[in-house]
Amino acid sequence: MGYNFKGQDIAHDEEGYLTDLSSWNPELAEMIAKDEDIDMTDEHWEVVNFLRDYYDEYQIAPAIRVLTKALKKTMGPEKASNKYLYELFPYGPAKQACKIAGLPKPTGCV
Amino acid sequence: MSDEARKFLYVNRKAPHGSIYALESLEVVLIGAAFEQDVSLAFLDDGVFQIVKGQDTKGIATKNFSNTYRALGDYDVRKLYVEQESLDERGLTVDDLMELTHDTDDEDDLTSIIVVNRSEMAKIMSEQDVILSF
Repeated sequence: MGYNFKGQDIAHDEEGYLTDLSSWNPELAEMIAKDEDIDMTDEHWEVVNFLRDYYDEYQIAPAIRVLTKALKKTMGPEKASNKYLYELFPYGPAKQACKIAGLPKPTGCV
Repeated sequence: MSDEARKFLYVNRKAPHGSIYALESLEVVLIGAAFEQDVSLAFLDDGVFQIVKGQDTKGIATKNFSNTYRALGDYDVRKLYVEQESLDERGLTVDDLMELTHDTDDEDDLTSIIVVNRSEMAKIMSEQDVILSF
């Protein structure tokens, strides 16, 4: 299984999460987003970049509760609600945003 | 089920990288933390090595998940009990451990590490509703 990216086959698991984190790039992210019916805006990138930074530092993708709490600190209360995140990523912010960010499915996310 | 949070203690006794126990324990803690119970961790015996700073797993080609312990504060896991005798027996002090912290509404970066002696650890265990050993 893989994404066809510029003639290259980029492996993903049965749910679409990248198998090799290092195969990620922003263009690929746009492509995965398209498959998820998401047009990437600056707001989407804010969350995706946040998730990548968090993973880089802690080696895990944060649970949604942790994500909203952390966003509150860095981006202000208006962007730290479940509602805001679900508007950006209707099928589950942690789940969908992590897929676009090229991270594994969050721990504890079923 | 009562509404009151139950006290969960996760007991870690094994070195971090030679077996899957430490990583499995950590994952269960992170999943369990979502259920808003009163969660604490205990590190004793070789388990104290799990939170030693400066771990590097390049040579054994496994994931270095030690940085994930630093996320525990984000998950509202604020009590990490470390047994003094276990540190002593391994020539370690609290300065050899990572700085693991949490924030409260009033204050940031409070330490989560609580060094206790063996009899205090026994008392902490006796006060739990659920103990999970790894």
